[in-house]
Amino acid sequence: MLYQQIQSNKRRTIVLLVAFFVLVALVGAAVGYLLLDSLVYGVVAAIIIGAVYTAIMISNSTAVVMAMNHGQEITNADQQPELWHAVEDMAMVAQVPMPRVFVIADESPNAFATGNDPKHAAVAATTGLLRIMTRSELEGVIGHEMSHVRNYDIRISTIALALSAAITLLTNIGGNWWFWGSGERRRDNDRNNSGGLQAILMIFSILMMVLAPLAAVAVQMAISRNREYLADAGSVELTRNPQGLISALRKLGGAEPMQDVDPSSAALYISNPLKNKEHLFDTHPPIEERIARLEKM
Amino acid sequence: MTIIIVIVVIAVIALAWIAIYNGLVKARMQTQESWSQIDVQLKRRNDLIPNLVETVKGYAKHESETLTKVTQLRQDVAAATTPADKMAASNQLSGVLSGFFARAEAYPDLKANTNFNKLQEELTNTENKIAYSRQLFNATTANYNTRLQSFPTNIVAGVHHFQPSEFLQVPEAEKEVPTVKF
Repeated sequence: MLYQQIQSNKRRTIVLLVAFFVLVALVGAAVGYLLLDSLVYGVVAAIIIGAVYTAIMISNSTAVVMAMNHGQEITNADQQPELWHAVEDMAMVAQVPMPRVFVIADESPNAFATGNDPKHAAVAATTGLLRIMTRSELEGVIGHEMSHVRNYDIRISTIALALSAAITLLTNIGGNWWFWGSGERRRDNDRNNSGGLQAILMIFSILMMVLAPLAAVAVQMAISRNREYLADAGSVELTRNPQGLISALRKLGGAEPMQDVDPSSAALYISNPLKNKEHLFDTHPPIEERIARLEKM
Repeated sequence: MTIIIVIVVIAVIALAWIAIYNGLVKARMQTQESWSQIDVQLKRRNDLIPNLVETVKGYAKHESETLTKVTQLRQDVAAATTPADKMAASNQLSGVLSGFFARAEAYPDLKANTNFNKLQEELTNTENKIAYSRQLFNATTANYNTRLQSFPTNIVAGVHHFQPSEFLQVPEAEKEVPTVKF
């Protein structure tokens, strides 16, 4: 079961990367054809830029994700003894190396794990979580995160996050370009020399508009709700104490949304930090359902 | 032709034998490593106890009996030679300590002492680590013992005299909430 989950996560990571590169290549082809009159140059350039970008993102994924979520690293047990010791204990039973530990200054209780593999993992908890959870509840939450680390859930969710952030960035640039481009077009109307540029801008913008929802779909595909149930079960396997996680989930379910959360990171957290009302695109299964499953164990 | 077949069969069996033997050695090594995880935590707790005794002495006059018992059990843990004896003494010590920490709530001066709070966190952490490393030990033991009993590993294990590893019992008392007496 665990082995299959790890294999499926590794496979889906590759699918996600391939899909991303196909999109990049398509954009490159369109731009290259219009700008340089050559499909090949555009594709090659886009692939090189895409590969360099992806390599940088993946090698710095922890730093990038923690910066997006305002995580402060702690480096010894004295700074947050309970958190540090809970992470240490869970890493020991899960038989994974000790991950890096981060604290997010937010009064809403929440936690997440990120990284490329169990050797390069990081766990973050909010100050609210540390304040309201008892030790066994905290262990339940950290056990859940450590299961994500052990199952390689962190690899796929971190890459999905990096790619969707990139596409969001491109969409914003494309949107601005379209705006400025249309302004210029009005001014340059009588000179009549901007036909080619206009076509490029149009295609670029349309592509970007298409890419943005695709990015969201990719994230949804990568982060199935099922893995949250699996991580809950994994947590209980580590702590041997379903009650701790159950009462932690009750507290998480009743909490206020987080103050300043990056929406593309929302799927990483143990409970949805946005607490939005509509459930069609939920990345998390309902808390009540998770508790019901734990109570059956 | 026959000779070649015989040689190939022997080579295959020899290679399988080596692989199984190495697998057993690795599994046994994991049980030993996880035992040493427990041992490290037991030593760490034994190092912390003298500090605890010193800190508590001045504040909690009624606890002198508990402190004597803690000191005695600490020596028992250090003196025990087999894992089973060590864990038996350790389980008793865990029980006495958790009972004491529950009663410590009734000593406001002690609860206000930063040194005591630090020691309490350290000892709670060590107790948790003992429990979790025991869980890890039992998991590695289950893995090793299963290998010893399954075919064809049991043949290799029998020839090379691999002995099964013993599970560590989880004390019943640990599951009970300590009674608070004043």
